[in-house]
Amino acid sequence: MPFIPHTEDDTREMLAAIGVAAIDDLFDEIPPDLRADALSGMPPALSEMEIARLMHERAARDGAWLNFIGAGAYEHHIPAAVWQIATRGEFYSAYTPYQAEASQGTLQVLYEYQSMMASLTALDVSNASLYDGASALAEAVLMAVRAHKSSRRVLVPRTVHPAWRKVARAIVRNQGIELLEIPFDPGAGTTALEALGRFKGSEPAAVVIPQPNFFGVLEPVDELADWAHANGALAIAAVNPTALALLKPPGEWGALGADIAVGDGQPLGAPLAGGGPYFGFMTCRKDLVRQMPGRIVGATRDRDGRRGYVLTLQAREQHIRRAKATSNICTNQGLLVTAATLYLALLGPAGLAEVARACHANTLALAARLTRIRGVARVFSGAIFHEVVLRLPVAVAPVLRAVREHRILGGCDLEQDYPELGHALLACATETRTGEDIARYGAELERVIEQATRSAAVPGG
Amino acid sequence: MLIFERSRPGRRGAVRAPLRPVDIAEIPPSQLRARPPRLPEVSELDAVRHYTGLSQRNFSIDTHFYPLGSCTMKYNPRACNALAMLPQFLARHPGAPADTGQGFLACLYELQEMLKNATGMAQVSLAPMAGSQGEFAGVAMIRAYHDSRGDAARDEILVPDAAHGTNPASAVMCGYRVREIPTDAEGNVDVTALGRAVGPRTAGLMLTNPSTLGVFERHIVELAGIVHGAGGLLYYDGANLNAILGRVKPGDMGFDVIHINLHKTFSTPHGGGGPGAGPVGVNATLAPFLPLPVVGQAPAGFRPLDERDCPLSIGRLGAQLGNAGVLLRAYVYMRMLGAAGMRRVADYSTLNANYLMVELKRAGFEVAFPGRRATHEFVVTLKALRDETGVTAMDVAKRLLDKGFHAPTAYFPQLVPECLLIEPTETESKQTLDAFLAAMKEILEEARRDPQLVKGAPHSTPLGRLDETRAARDLDLAWRPR
Repeated sequence: MPFIPHTEDDTREMLAAIGVAAIDDLFDEIPPDLRADALSGMPPALSEMEIARLMHERAARDGAWLNFIGAGAYEHHIPAAVWQIATRGEFYSAYTPYQAEASQGTLQVLYEYQSMMASLTALDVSNASLYDGASALAEAVLMAVRAHKSSRRVLVPRTVHPAWRKVARAIVRNQGIELLEIPFDPGAGTTALEALGRFKGSEPAAVVIPQPNFFGVLEPVDELADWAHANGALAIAAVNPTALALLKPPGEWGALGADIAVGDGQPLGAPLAGGGPYFGFMTCRKDLVRQMPGRIVGATRDRDGRRGYVLTLQAREQHIRRAKATSNICTNQGLLVTAATLYLALLGPAGLAEVARACHANTLALAARLTRIRGVARVFSGAIFHEVVLRLPVAVAPVLRAVREHRILGGCDLEQDYPELGHALLACATETRTGEDIARYGAELERVIEQATRSAAVPGG
Repeated sequence: MLIFERSRPGRRGAVRAPLRPVDIAEIPPSQLRARPPRLPEVSELDAVRHYTGLSQRNFSIDTHFYPLGSCTMKYNPRACNALAMLPQFLARHPGAPADTGQGFLACLYELQEMLKNATGMAQVSLAPMAGSQGEFAGVAMIRAYHDSRGDAARDEILVPDAAHGTNPASAVMCGYRVREIPTDAEGNVDVTALGRAVGPRTAGLMLTNPSTLGVFERHIVELAGIVHGAGGLLYYDGANLNAILGRVKPGDMGFDVIHINLHKTFSTPHGGGGPGAGPVGVNATLAPFLPLPVVGQAPAGFRPLDERDCPLSIGRLGAQLGNAGVLLRAYVYMRMLGAAGMRRVADYSTLNANYLMVELKRAGFEVAFPGRRATHEFVVTLKALRDETGVTAMDVAKRLLDKGFHAPTAYFPQLVPECLLIEPTETESKQTLDAFLAAMKEILEEARRDPQLVKGAPHSTPLGRLDETRAARDLDLAWRPR
């Protein structure tokens, strides 16, 4: 029996010890008319060899692609040591470290992770992870509303990832929290500072500040953080962790610094993997720590005075506070945090900055190559980090379909989420793209667009 | 030693981005970071040795028996990990179109179908990234259902007092008031109290069955009738689905909406605290409200359904496709079990729990509900032992670590004093259970002979008992150079 070690003798002896004749008798408290006969429709069991064959076939069918999509999930090189160590059974198959003495490995990793994230964002404290960046933003909104006490309104720029805005809305709306959208400057691609005036009277609990924003453009973070504070609101930074190797960290934005920072930790060692598992990170100012959701690890001493680590401030959490907890979160994304800690340790400050610089340079090279195509131009004038919005002379979807014929994923079509931008494409080139990759995409895109423009120019074509 | 304390300025790991001339002139100087972040500067060997060493300071299923009640710490088959980490699956960008990932999406679609089959629900969404997100989604769907009928007066969710803390916390996140329902002496929900509690304000009842007390809720049909009769819906917390897999289906018990913890019943790893996955299942009435994405099947192939397909959806809970890698692991596990293997999970986890319960009783331990069958777990109360010797449930838990066993869940459910919630799972052999029994008997003798030995435990772990009060009082949440 797969994964069940009982021999017939074992089963017989155990049933005898219990004093029943058969396993069926152990289910005698289930009302008879509820008992299921069998799971008809469930496929028959496969051996490990058979399921391996099936999965290899399916993986091969999906194949390999030259990827220029970013939009919240980024293809980075992950050192081999990251997942070889993260999938050691001692990390992979351990539970949440409630029994501290039996979990010092996981607890110390979490403490090191919290230290790294606090420093990366220049804020005081970090939790031990949330599900992903989008749900972390929702939790930050809830946290800001709890901390603010009198307002249930939060300003969210339209330059925040569209899916993150949807998630935040889905999670906070049942608590009567209102998310107000700040428009962007169509020239620069940044949150329009002049539009903020109209929210002056709205007494927001918080302002969300993305850096870089969904368009890859750098926001005027100092001005936005200062505006939030001048208007009695908290500043919530929504940041890309790779970018923070180069960019001013949230804790140093404006005169006072952002109060809370969140983001998706995927760039720190999590493979793209079709969408997850990734992890959400959250850091904040020390005085907000009791409003923070999720697990937090603290250093302490054992009975002999030796340094050790435990889960702490658990009175915020659902298993203690139940209906009064700061969040319902229990299981988070522990193994991804283990991977991220390994990733950051293996890269170090210089390595992470190199990755960030290479991503930035590759995306600039990509933008330069693609804007050489007739009719293709950068949409925004604002400085970018590692993504760029390009306007095409023709509709984006058919163009992306055509380059897919050559196993290229050309970017993210923005026509659905940002119809006001016209035929707009969001493209990304991380450190994993080479000059040849960019040349190949440039040549294919050029061919496809020329063909499309030509046929559009021919009457009836 | 912390990784930071191994750090030496200028030391580098082997991995680096391709070194080409890099111009960051486009980034205005005012946006640049003045000081680099305090990340460790170590060699690759330093890092590998450090984290390998840390891993050895953990208990885990791969190294220890882990009878942690309500957590279902069963063996996580290695094939599930290997096959979910095939390079094409790992490289798949979540924004890549469906036609480039038909193999991947086929696995997710079939997983939905198998979960429907195992639970008796009409439709499943794989979106929630953990059990508590599944709970949130489930309660949000209950709310969306009442709202869609203009039934706005329902502002209460009923929760048994034995429930996991996530239940009331999830209900509050959906804007509900929580009302607790007491448990009767047999460990069942108090039917009379429930009857008195329901009414026009009842949005629904959240129930775990088997309950967190390790017993099957025998009056489930009656409970369902009471809640439905009052116009409320019935929510199934799938934390204990392992106990009834292939034996009884939540859909047949009258539940309208459920969540399933893949990291419990379907053996995806706990990873030291996640990632999990908490798919939700619903009956046909609630199907339009499912969180997105749901994987749909059309003549052109599989694709994730979106807001245009499901305009009544409660929305999205994460930016991408849920914890896809966890879903693939559960898929592989379920295919390896097949129809026959599903029921064996319930059978042998129940056999193991009942065997342990009977033998512990024989050894002199007090079982909380002696008149009941154990399901896949059961509760022991050490109140008498504490009164006699001063040794608490926490002390016994810590002493078990010395004997090479992870501790059972202690002090949950909160209504049983000095309790241990013990869940052996089906993947443990009789020989392992017997070794655990021997350890428990030894501890009982030690508690009577030398209570200080037990109260001072653990003695053999890398560190002794840790001072949690100090951790919460003198907060030290991040390393900083002295």
